Formats: sequence, C-alpha cells, structure tokens
Amino acid sequence: MEPTGGALLSAVDLRKSFGPTQALDGAGMDLYAGEVVAVMGPSGSGKSTLLHCLAGIVQPDGGEVRYAGRVLSAMPDRERSALRRTDFGFVFQFGQLVPELTCLENVALPMRLDGVRRGPAEKLAREWLDRLEVGDTADKRPGEVSGGQGQRAAVARALVTEPRVVFADEPTGALDSLNGERVLRLLVAAAKESGAAVLLVTHEPRVAAYSDREIVVRDGKSRQVGFAAAEPARSPR
Amino acid sequence: MNGVYRPEVYTPCILLRMSIANTLLGLLESGPKYGYDLKRLYDESFRQDRPLHYGQVYSTLSRLLRNGLVEEKGIEPGDGPDRKRYAITDAGVTNVAEWLGTPENPSLYLQNTLYTKVVLALLSGRSATDVLDAQRAEHLRAMRRLTTRKTDGDLADQLICDHALFHLEADLRWLELTAARLDELAGQLKP
Repeated sequence: MEPTGGALLSAVDLRKSFGPTQALDGAGMDLYAGEVVAVMGPSGSGKSTLLHCLAGIVQPDGGEVRYAGRVLSAMPDRERSALRRTDFGFVFQFGQLVPELTCLENVALPMRLDGVRRGPAEKLAREWLDRLEVGDTADKRPGEVSGGQGQRAAVARALVTEPRVVFADEPTGALDSLNGERVLRLLVAAAKESGAAVLLVTHEPRVAAYSDREIVVRDGKSRQVGFAAAEPARSPR
Repeated sequence: MNGVYRPEVYTPCILLRMSIANTLLGLLESGPKYGYDLKRLYDESFRQDRPLHYGQVYSTLSRLLRNGLVEEKGIEPGDGPDRKRYAITDAGVTNVAEWLGTPENPSLYLQNTLYTKVVLALLSGRSATDVLDAQRAEHLRAMRRLTTRKTDGDLADQLICDHALFHLEADLRWLELTAARLDELAGQLKP
C-alpha cells in the first residue's frame, strides 16, 4: 500500500551517463514528507548518482526530478543552488566541514550564506551543536575533533536551516560501529522532530534498519519496497 | 534419545521435512520422475551436507500422494518391487509457488533453505531476484523491529539486539552477494 497524498520529492524515469557508463537507467522513486528512506545497492549501482540528481547537484540526461510541485531538473542552476541552501541539508561520508573554520562557524555557515547576521546565526548553531551532544567542539577546528564529533557537527550543519529534505550519503561510512550508531540515532531523531524527510544512501543493512522503508538500486534501476510494512511517519509542513 | 524432542530440535526437524517435500515437488515440475531420479537430482542440485535417504524420499512421496500434491504416472514392473513414476498435480504446483513466494522467518542458519530456494527458482525459470528481494525485505523488517527495541531500550536490550542485528546483517550480505552472482549461478546450473 502506497502512502496517499503527493510525494515531496520524486524521481521519474531518470537516466544519466558518465561517458560510456550508464549510471541511471530509468530509476524512479518517491520521498514523502517526514519519512526516512534508505537507498541500498552494491557499489557502482547508481545510488549516489540518484541522490545527486534528486538533490539537483547533477542534471539527469533524461527523466524528471519533481520537488514540491515543481520540476527541479528544469530549473536554472542558480535557482537549484538557492533551493539547496534553503530546503535541503547534506551529510556526506568525508570532508564536508571547512577546515579553516571552527565547528561553530561551520554550522552557522549555511545561515550566513543566506544573509543571517553572525550573532543570531551562531546562537542557533550553538544550540544545534548542543543538541547533537558536541557543544564542546564549538571553538575547535574540524582537524582538532574526532571523526564522530566532526560528523555530528556536520549533521548539525545539515539541520540548522530546518530543511525539508536531508540527503545523507554513507554518513557513517568512516566511523566505527558505536560512533556511527550515535550519529545515525541523533540524525534520525532530530530529523523526525523537525519533520524533515531523510534520504539515506547506504550499503550497510544496520544503517538501513533506521529507515522507514528502503529502495534498492541495481544496474541503474530502482525498486521501491517496504510500503506495506511501514507506513511512513508524515508530518504536514 | 534423551533431549531429541526439545522444541529447538523438534521445530527445525519439521521445517526441514517441509523444505524437502517442497523441494521434491519443485523438482517434479520439469516432468514425472521415479523416486530414484528425484533422490539423485536432489543430491546433485542442492549439495546438502548429507545425501537424502531413499526412505525419506519414498515416505515424503507417499505423504505428497496422500495430500493430492503428486499423482502416480505409470508403474514399471521389475525383479524387485514395482517402480512408480510420480507427477506433480496442479495443487502441487500452487504449493511450490506459495513456498517460494513466502519469505522464511529470519533466523540463524537458514542459508541452506535460502540457497535451495534460489537454485530451485533458477531451475524452474522463476525470478531468483524476486526470492532474494522478498527475503531482504523480510530481514530488514526484522532489523527495524530490533533497532526500535534497541533505541527505546536499556544497555542489555541494546546488546541483545545488536547480537541479533549482526547475524541478520551477515545474512543480508550473503543475499546481496548472491544477487550479484545470479547470472553466474544460472550458467552453472544449465544442463
């Protein structure tokens, strides 16, 4: 049984090639407000390309990406960039924090880029660092904190603008089991609390187990499963 | 014999018996066969630790006959007892389809049954990918339940659930690896 109501973000028959390699070959999926969806599949199956297309980072060769009633894949680059700042948050496996800035400045960065003054931006950033249990890293640079702490600061930065969608590409891939779990638990709890949907790309079943349902990508084609098992928690926004 | 009928021993015995019956039924889908041929095909196709006993084959076939899942298709007289050929009935085909379409309860050491299902799906021209995907979904459902219990529970809950989660994850990795090797396996199973 598919959830009723319109999807917040959809991929329809997406095709994308990089040179002779076809990364996506008719992939499609829906993401509903407030749900956590895992995108699973072997290495090279096209799951990261699917995420990049859905986030408007990569333009598909064919098919459409629809977001909140608009065709995202048809928007000009500038509009997509603005949308990524205001509506989307990102957590990647490595290196997304700016090494020259402190953790606090990193978390405040998306708000600063959107024109928020330093005082209020850093106040909110500090609250988010506390919420992710890494308030003590505020004045440290990413190189001075542990991998797990840095990743929690990255989650704080992804959520600080209260995005409607969080894209997480192997967010725990560089962490040990315990730290990975802590990051994941905090990410999912914070996203659920703020009503954000999460698209979680992972090859690890234990990470996928934090999702409401999963999508399997193989050879650039996707398969949606799990609607019957888990009605996604949806909160109107 | 002491302890043989403990639930943890008895239940797998029943499950194994059901699995053998369904597998023999599945092997009959390609055409009627003698009990001897079924035993040989079973041993060759599924590489279980121990070969199937003749007694087990014939007792299973009698049960299937009684339940209307197979029928006798000719008798060949010989020096010893008459040889009977068995054919699968429509009800038998439905039984195999339902068995293949029903995911196993995620539990430890079920790889043998899963491997059998994958091979049988390939041999019978069904989608082995569907068998693997149904199982993956069932495993992830079990992992979600454990993850929820772990998130809401105390340290003991977390440790107990983690133990089960790691085992289920190992099964899932096997499912993924097998999915990637289906073409190769299908090629090896061709006569």
